[in-house]
Amino acid sequence: MYLSPVSVSGLCIKHPMPTTTPKTHTPRPAFWRGCADSAPFLLVVAPFAVLFGVLATEAGLNVLETMAFSVAVIAGAAQFTALQLMVEDAPTLIVLASALAVNLRMAMYSASLTPYLGGAPLWQRAILSYFILDQSYACSMVEYEKKPQMTLPEKLAYFAGTSTPIVPAWYIFTYAGAVLGTQIPESWALDFALPITFLALLAPMLRTPAHVIATLVSIVVSLLMAWVPYSLGLLIAGIVAMIAGAQAELYFERRGTNR
Amino acid sequence: MIDQTELWIVIIGLGLGSFVLRFTFIGLVGGRTIPDWMLRHLRYTAVAILPALVAPLVAWPAATDGQLDAPRLMAAAATLAVGLVTRNVFGAIFAGASVLYGSMFLLG
Repeated sequence: MYLSPVSVSGLCIKHPMPTTTPKTHTPRPAFWRGCADSAPFLLVVAPFAVLFGVLATEAGLNVLETMAFSVAVIAGAAQFTALQLMVEDAPTLIVLASALAVNLRMAMYSASLTPYLGGAPLWQRAILSYFILDQSYACSMVEYEKKPQMTLPEKLAYFAGTSTPIVPAWYIFTYAGAVLGTQIPESWALDFALPITFLALLAPMLRTPAHVIATLVSIVVSLLMAWVPYSLGLLIAGIVAMIAGAQAELYFERRGTNR
Repeated sequence: MIDQTELWIVIIGLGLGSFVLRFTFIGLVGGRTIPDWMLRHLRYTAVAILPALVAPLVAWPAATDGQLDAPRLMAAAATLAVGLVTRNVFGAIFAGASVLYGSMFLLG
Protein backbone atom coordinates (compact mmCIF):
# COMPACT_ATOMS: atom_id res chain seq x y z
CA MET A 1 0.00 0.00 0.00
CA TYR A 2 1.15 3.49 -0.68
CA LEU A 3 1.42 6.05 2.08
CA SER A 4 3.86 8.85 1.77
CA PRO A 5 5.80 9.73 4.91
CA VAL A 6 4.26 13.18 4.89
CA SER A 7 0.64 12.08 4.78
CA VAL A 8 1.45 9.28 7.17
CA SER A 9 3.28 11.21 9.83
CA GLY A 10 0.03 12.64 11.08
CA LEU A 11 -1.11 9.14 11.94
CA CYS A 12 1.96 8.29 13.98
CA ILE A 13 1.29 8.90 17.63
CA LYS A 14 3.66 11.53 18.92
CA HIS A 15 5.24 10.88 22.27
CA PRO A 16 6.50 13.71 24.42
CA MET A 17 10.24 13.70 25.00
CA PRO A 18 11.19 12.52 28.48
CA THR A 19 12.12 15.44 30.70
CA THR A 20 15.32 13.78 31.88
CA THR A 21 17.20 11.83 29.23
CA PRO A 22 18.86 8.82 30.86
CA LYS A 23 22.52 8.18 30.00
CA THR A 24 22.06 4.48 29.24
CA HIS A 25 19.33 3.39 26.85
CA THR A 26 17.75 -0.04 26.71
CA PRO A 27 16.13 -0.80 23.38
CA ARG A 28 12.94 -2.19 24.91
CA PRO A 29 11.01 1.11 25.25
CA ALA A 30 11.92 1.90 21.65
CA PHE A 31 10.40 -1.41 20.54
CA TRP A 32 7.10 -0.71 22.30
CA ARG A 33 7.06 2.84 20.95
CA GLY A 34 7.41 1.39 17.45
CA CYS A 35 4.47 -0.94 18.07
CA ALA A 36 2.30 1.91 19.34
CA ASP A 37 3.22 4.24 16.48
CA SER A 38 2.41 1.75 13.73
CA ALA A 39 -0.73 0.27 15.35
CA PRO A 40 -3.11 2.91 13.88
CA PHE A 41 -2.14 1.68 10.40
CA LEU A 42 -3.95 -1.56 11.15
CA LEU A 43 -7.10 0.32 10.14
CA VAL A 44 -5.75 0.55 6.59
CA VAL A 45 -3.80 -2.70 6.45
CA ALA A 46 -6.58 -5.03 7.64
CA PRO A 47 -9.24 -4.09 5.03
CA PHE A 48 -6.59 -4.06 2.28
CA ALA A 49 -5.47 -7.57 3.22
CA VAL A 50 -9.08 -8.81 3.34
CA LEU A 51 -9.64 -7.33 -0.12
CA PHE A 52 -6.59 -9.12 -1.48
CA GLY A 53 -7.78 -12.41 -0.02
CA VAL A 54 -11.24 -11.93 -1.54
CA LEU A 55 -10.03 -10.93 -5.01
CA ALA A 56 -7.38 -13.67 -5.09
CA THR A 57 -10.03 -16.27 -4.28
CA GLU A 58 -12.32 -14.86 -6.95
CA ALA A 59 -9.45 -15.11 -9.44
CA GLY A 60 -9.29 -18.84 -8.69
CA LEU A 61 -6.44 -19.03 -6.16
CA ASN A 62 -6.84 -21.43 -3.26
CA VAL A 63 -6.12 -20.47 0.35
CA LEU A 64 -2.55 -21.83 0.26
CA GLU A 65 -1.68 -19.91 -2.91
CA THR A 66 -3.24 -16.73 -1.58
CA MET A 67 -1.33 -17.00 1.69
CA ALA A 68 1.94 -17.78 -0.10
CA PHE A 69 1.45 -14.55 -2.06
CA SER A 70 0.99 -12.43 1.06
CA VAL A 71 3.83 -14.07 3.00
CA ALA A 72 6.32 -13.90 0.13
CA VAL A 73 5.59 -10.36 -0.99
CA ILE A 74 3.92 -8.35 1.87
CA ALA A 75 3.21 -5.42 -0.43
CA GLY A 76 -0.45 -4.97 -1.26
CA ALA A 77 -0.22 -2.85 -4.39
CA ALA A 78 2.28 -5.18 -6.07
CA GLN A 79 0.15 -8.20 -5.16
CA PHE A 80 -2.97 -6.60 -6.63
CA THR A 81 -1.07 -5.64 -9.79
CA ALA A 82 0.23 -9.17 -10.30
CA LEU A 83 -3.23 -10.61 -9.68
CA GLN A 84 -4.94 -8.20 -12.09
CA LEU A 85 -2.43 -8.91 -14.87
CA MET A 86 -2.67 -12.68 -14.39
CA VAL A 87 -6.47 -12.42 -14.67
CA GLU A 88 -5.89 -10.51 -17.94
CA ASP A 89 -3.65 -13.40 -19.12
CA ALA A 90 -0.54 -11.26 -19.44
CA PRO A 91 2.71 -13.18 -20.03
CA THR A 92 4.55 -14.17 -16.83
CA LEU A 93 7.49 -11.91 -17.54
CA ILE A 94 5.24 -8.86 -17.92
CA VAL A 95 3.37 -9.76 -14.72
CA LEU A 96 6.65 -9.91 -12.81
CA ALA A 97 8.14 -6.78 -14.36
CA SER A 98 5.00 -4.69 -13.74
CA ALA A 99 4.50 -5.84 -10.15
CA LEU A 100 8.17 -5.28 -9.36
CA ALA A 101 7.92 -1.82 -10.89
CA VAL A 102 5.14 -1.10 -8.38
CA ASN A 103 7.54 -2.22 -5.65
CA LEU A 104 10.42 -0.04 -6.83
CA ARG A 105 9.60 2.33 -4.00
CA MET A 106 10.91 -0.33 -1.59
CA ALA A 107 14.36 0.33 -3.06
CA MET A 108 13.89 4.00 -2.23
CA TYR A 109 12.87 3.13 1.34
CA SER A 110 15.90 0.87 1.65
CA ALA A 111 18.13 3.67 0.41
CA SER A 112 16.80 6.24 2.85
CA LEU A 113 16.97 3.85 5.84
CA THR A 114 20.61 3.04 5.12
CA PRO A 115 22.15 6.07 6.91
CA TYR A 116 20.27 5.07 10.10
CA LEU A 117 20.44 1.26 10.08
CA GLY A 118 23.38 0.54 7.76
CA GLY A 119 25.68 0.00 10.76
CA ALA A 120 23.91 -3.21 11.81
CA PRO A 121 25.49 -6.61 11.04
CA LEU A 122 24.70 -8.05 7.61
CA TRP A 123 22.41 -10.80 8.94
CA GLN A 124 20.32 -8.22 10.78
CA ARG A 125 20.09 -6.04 7.70
CA ALA A 126 19.01 -9.09 5.68
CA ILE A 127 16.21 -9.84 8.15
CA LEU A 128 15.02 -6.26 8.47
CA SER A 129 14.93 -5.95 4.66
CA TYR A 130 11.96 -8.31 4.59
CA PHE A 131 10.13 -5.98 6.97
CA ILE A 132 10.61 -2.78 4.95
CA LEU A 133 6.97 -1.76 4.41
CA ASP A 134 5.23 1.51 3.75
CA GLN A 135 4.23 1.69 7.41
CA SER A 136 7.51 0.65 9.06
CA TYR A 137 9.40 3.00 6.76
CA ALA A 138 7.12 5.97 7.34
CA CYS A 139 7.09 5.67 11.14
CA SER A 140 10.83 4.97 11.43
CA MET A 141 11.90 7.93 9.31
CA VAL A 142 9.76 10.29 11.37
CA GLU A 143 11.20 8.86 14.61
CA TYR A 144 14.87 8.86 13.51
CA GLU A 145 14.69 12.43 12.28
CA LYS A 146 12.96 13.55 15.46
CA LYS A 147 15.40 11.78 17.82
CA PRO A 148 18.90 11.83 16.37
CA GLN A 149 20.34 10.78 19.76
CA MET A 150 18.92 7.24 19.42
CA THR A 151 21.51 4.45 19.54
CA LEU A 152 21.70 1.80 16.82
CA PRO A 153 20.10 -0.92 19.03
CA GLU A 154 17.28 1.51 19.83
CA LYS A 155 16.76 2.30 16.16
CA LEU A 156 16.68 -1.39 15.30
CA ALA A 157 14.27 -2.10 18.16
CA TYR A 158 12.02 0.75 17.05
CA PHE A 159 12.03 -0.54 13.47
CA ALA A 160 11.19 -4.07 14.69
CA GLY A 161 8.36 -2.57 16.73
CA THR A 162 6.83 -0.81 13.72
CA SER A 163 6.43 -4.06 11.79
CA THR A 164 5.27 -6.14 14.76
CA PRO A 165 1.55 -5.23 14.57
CA ILE A 166 1.48 -4.89 10.76
CA VAL A 167 2.99 -8.10 9.40
CA PRO A 168 0.92 -10.67 11.38
CA ALA A 169 -2.21 -8.62 10.58
CA TRP A 170 -1.33 -8.74 6.87
CA TYR A 171 -1.19 -12.57 7.03
CA ILE A 172 -4.26 -13.05 9.22
CA PHE A 173 -6.55 -10.70 7.31
CA THR A 174 -5.44 -12.13 3.95
CA TYR A 175 -6.52 -15.49 5.33
CA ALA A 176 -9.86 -14.05 6.47
CA GLY A 177 -10.44 -12.61 2.99
CA ALA A 178 -9.49 -15.86 1.28
CA VAL A 179 -11.94 -17.84 3.42
CA LEU A 180 -14.67 -15.22 2.95
CA GLY A 181 -14.00 -14.72 -0.75
CA THR A 182 -16.26 -17.21 -2.48
CA GLN A 183 -19.29 -16.20 -0.42
CA ILE A 184 -19.55 -12.66 -1.77
CA PRO A 185 -22.26 -12.21 -4.44
CA GLU A 186 -21.45 -10.61 -7.80
CA SER A 187 -23.99 -7.83 -7.24
CA TRP A 188 -21.54 -6.25 -4.79
CA ALA A 189 -19.52 -5.03 -7.80
CA LEU A 190 -16.25 -5.95 -6.10
CA ASP A 191 -14.53 -5.59 -9.47
CA PHE A 192 -14.41 -1.91 -8.66
CA ALA A 193 -12.97 -2.25 -5.15
CA LEU A 194 -9.46 -2.23 -6.57
CA PRO A 195 -9.75 1.00 -8.61
CA ILE A 196 -11.44 2.78 -5.68
CA THR A 197 -8.80 1.63 -3.19
CA PHE A 198 -5.93 2.64 -5.47
CA LEU A 199 -7.46 6.04 -6.23
CA ALA A 200 -7.98 6.61 -2.50
CA LEU A 201 -4.32 5.82 -1.85
CA LEU A 202 -3.20 7.94 -4.79
CA ALA A 203 -5.03 11.17 -4.01
CA PRO A 204 -3.16 12.08 -0.80
CA MET A 205 0.15 11.52 -2.59
CA LEU A 206 -0.46 14.39 -5.02
CA ARG A 207 1.43 16.88 -2.88
CA THR A 208 3.50 18.73 -5.48
CA PRO A 209 2.96 19.87 -9.08
CA ALA A 210 5.50 17.23 -10.15
CA HIS A 211 3.41 14.46 -8.57
CA VAL A 212 0.30 15.76 -10.35
CA ILE A 213 2.11 15.88 -13.69
CA ALA A 214 3.41 12.32 -13.26
CA THR A 215 -0.15 11.17 -12.53
CA LEU A 216 -1.67 12.94 -15.54
CA VAL A 217 1.01 11.60 -17.88
CA SER A 218 0.45 8.13 -16.44
CA ILE A 219 -3.30 8.27 -17.12
CA VAL A 220 -2.96 9.61 -20.68
CA VAL A 221 -0.17 7.24 -21.74
CA SER A 222 -1.84 4.17 -20.21
CA LEU A 223 -5.07 4.89 -22.12
CA LEU A 224 -3.19 5.58 -25.37
CA MET A 225 -1.11 2.42 -24.90
CA ALA A 226 -4.03 0.15 -24.06
CA TRP A 227 -3.74 -1.51 -27.50
CA VAL A 228 -0.14 -2.62 -26.86
CA PRO A 229 -0.10 -6.43 -26.45
CA TYR A 230 0.88 -8.31 -23.29
CA SER A 231 -0.28 -5.51 -20.96
CA LEU A 232 3.01 -3.77 -21.71
CA GLY A 233 1.14 -0.44 -21.74
CA LEU A 234 1.30 -0.35 -17.92
CA LEU A 235 5.09 -0.53 -17.87
CA ILE A 236 5.46 1.99 -20.69
CA ALA A 237 3.11 4.44 -18.97
CA GLY A 238 4.89 3.91 -15.64
CA ILE A 239 8.34 4.61 -17.05
CA VAL A 240 7.24 7.63 -19.08
CA ALA A 241 5.35 9.08 -16.09
CA MET A 242 8.32 8.53 -13.77
CA ILE A 243 10.57 10.45 -16.14
CA ALA A 244 7.91 13.15 -16.48
CA GLY A 245 7.73 13.48 -12.67
CA ALA A 246 11.52 13.70 -12.31
CA GLN A 247 11.80 16.26 -15.10
CA ALA A 248 8.93 18.30 -13.70
CA GLU A 249 10.63 18.29 -10.29
CA LEU A 250 13.82 19.66 -11.83
CA TYR A 251 11.85 22.29 -13.71
CA PHE A 252 9.93 23.47 -10.65
CA GLU A 253 13.07 23.36 -8.51
CA ARG A 254 14.80 25.69 -10.91
CA ARG A 255 11.85 28.04 -10.62
CA GLY A 256 11.74 27.43 -6.88
CA THR A 257 8.03 26.59 -6.85
CA ASN A 258 7.85 22.83 -6.22
CA ARG A 259 5.88 23.01 -2.99
CA MET B 1 -8.33 -19.34 -15.06
CA ILE B 2 -4.77 -18.70 -13.93
CA ASP B 3 -2.23 -21.36 -14.86
CA GLN B 4 -0.74 -23.11 -11.80
CA THR B 5 2.87 -23.04 -12.99
CA GLU B 6 2.65 -19.40 -13.96
CA LEU B 7 1.09 -18.58 -10.59
CA TRP B 8 3.91 -20.14 -8.58
CA ILE B 9 6.56 -18.55 -10.79
CA VAL B 10 4.94 -15.18 -10.11
CA ILE B 11 4.62 -15.78 -6.34
CA ILE B 12 8.23 -16.93 -5.93
CA GLY B 13 9.65 -14.46 -8.44
CA LEU B 14 7.78 -11.52 -6.96
CA GLY B 15 8.74 -12.57 -3.43
CA LEU B 16 12.44 -12.87 -4.30
CA GLY B 17 12.40 -9.74 -6.47
CA SER B 18 10.73 -7.68 -3.74
CA PHE B 19 13.31 -8.87 -1.24
CA VAL B 20 16.13 -7.89 -3.60
CA LEU B 21 14.58 -4.41 -4.00
CA ARG B 22 14.36 -4.03 -0.22
CA PHE B 23 17.84 -5.44 0.43
CA THR B 24 19.90 -3.85 -2.34
CA PHE B 25 20.64 -0.52 -0.76
CA ILE B 26 20.71 -1.29 2.94
CA GLY B 27 22.47 -4.63 2.41
CA LEU B 28 24.91 -4.03 -0.41
CA VAL B 29 25.32 -0.32 -0.97
CA GLY B 30 25.96 0.33 2.72
CA GLY B 31 27.34 3.76 3.43
CA ARG B 32 27.71 4.90 -0.18
CA THR B 33 25.29 7.58 -1.29
CA ILE B 34 22.68 7.00 -3.95
CA PRO B 35 22.81 9.34 -6.96
CA ASP B 36 20.24 12.14 -6.92
CA TRP B 37 18.88 11.32 -10.36
CA MET B 38 17.99 7.82 -9.21
CA LEU B 39 16.21 8.98 -6.04
CA ARG B 40 14.42 11.62 -8.10
CA HIS B 41 12.93 8.92 -10.35
CA LEU B 42 12.17 6.50 -7.51
CA ARG B 43 10.17 9.23 -5.77
CA TYR B 44 7.57 9.10 -8.56
CA THR B 45 7.14 5.33 -8.91
CA ALA B 46 3.87 5.24 -6.99
CA VAL B 47 2.18 8.16 -8.74
CA ALA B 48 3.51 6.93 -12.10
CA ILE B 49 2.24 3.37 -11.92
CA LEU B 50 -0.95 3.39 -9.83
CA PRO B 51 -2.85 5.67 -12.26
CA ALA B 52 -1.69 3.60 -15.24
CA LEU B 53 -3.15 0.51 -13.62
CA VAL B 54 -6.42 2.19 -12.63
CA ALA B 55 -7.18 4.33 -15.71
CA PRO B 56 -8.03 1.44 -18.09
CA LEU B 57 -10.09 -0.26 -15.37
CA VAL B 58 -12.14 2.93 -15.03
CA ALA B 59 -12.44 3.64 -18.76
CA TRP B 60 -13.22 0.07 -19.83
CA PRO B 61 -14.50 -1.99 -16.87
CA ALA B 62 -14.43 -5.76 -17.45
CA ALA B 63 -17.70 -6.13 -15.52
CA THR B 64 -19.55 -4.15 -18.23
CA ASP B 65 -17.68 -5.84 -21.10
CA GLY B 66 -15.47 -2.82 -21.56
CA GLN B 67 -18.31 -0.32 -21.96
CA LEU B 68 -17.84 3.02 -20.21
CA ASP B 69 -20.09 2.80 -17.17
CA ALA B 70 -21.63 5.86 -15.50
CA PRO B 71 -21.72 4.54 -11.90
CA ARG B 72 -18.09 3.40 -12.05
CA LEU B 73 -16.93 6.65 -13.63
CA MET B 74 -18.73 8.74 -11.00
CA ALA B 75 -17.40 6.53 -8.20
CA ALA B 76 -13.84 6.99 -9.44
CA ALA B 77 -14.30 10.77 -9.66
CA ALA B 78 -15.81 10.92 -6.17
CA THR B 79 -12.97 8.86 -4.68
CA LEU B 80 -10.32 11.07 -6.22
CA ALA B 81 -12.11 14.31 -5.31
CA VAL B 82 -12.68 13.37 -1.66
CA GLY B 83 -9.13 12.01 -1.41
CA LEU B 84 -7.69 15.24 -2.79
CA VAL B 85 -9.71 17.46 -0.50
CA THR B 86 -9.59 15.49 2.76
CA ARG B 87 -6.27 13.62 2.27
CA ASN B 88 -8.08 10.83 4.06
CA VAL B 89 -7.85 7.32 2.58
CA PHE B 90 -10.94 6.01 4.38
CA GLY B 91 -13.06 9.02 3.54
CA ALA B 92 -12.15 8.60 -0.12
CA ILE B 93 -12.95 4.87 -0.17
CA PHE B 94 -16.23 5.48 1.62
CA ALA B 95 -17.19 8.24 -0.84
CA GLY B 96 -16.32 6.08 -3.84
CA ALA B 97 -18.26 3.08 -2.56
CA SER B 98 -21.27 5.22 -1.65
CA VAL B 99 -21.42 6.81 -5.09
CA LEU B 100 -20.94 3.43 -6.79
CA TYR B 101 -23.75 1.72 -4.90
CA GLY B 102 -25.98 4.80 -4.86
CA SER B 103 -25.78 5.35 -8.61
CA MET B 104 -26.09 1.64 -9.44
CA PHE B 105 -29.26 1.60 -7.36
CA LEU B 106 -30.67 4.80 -8.90
CA LEU B 107 -29.70 4.03 -12.50
CA GLY B 108 -30.71 0.40 -12.14
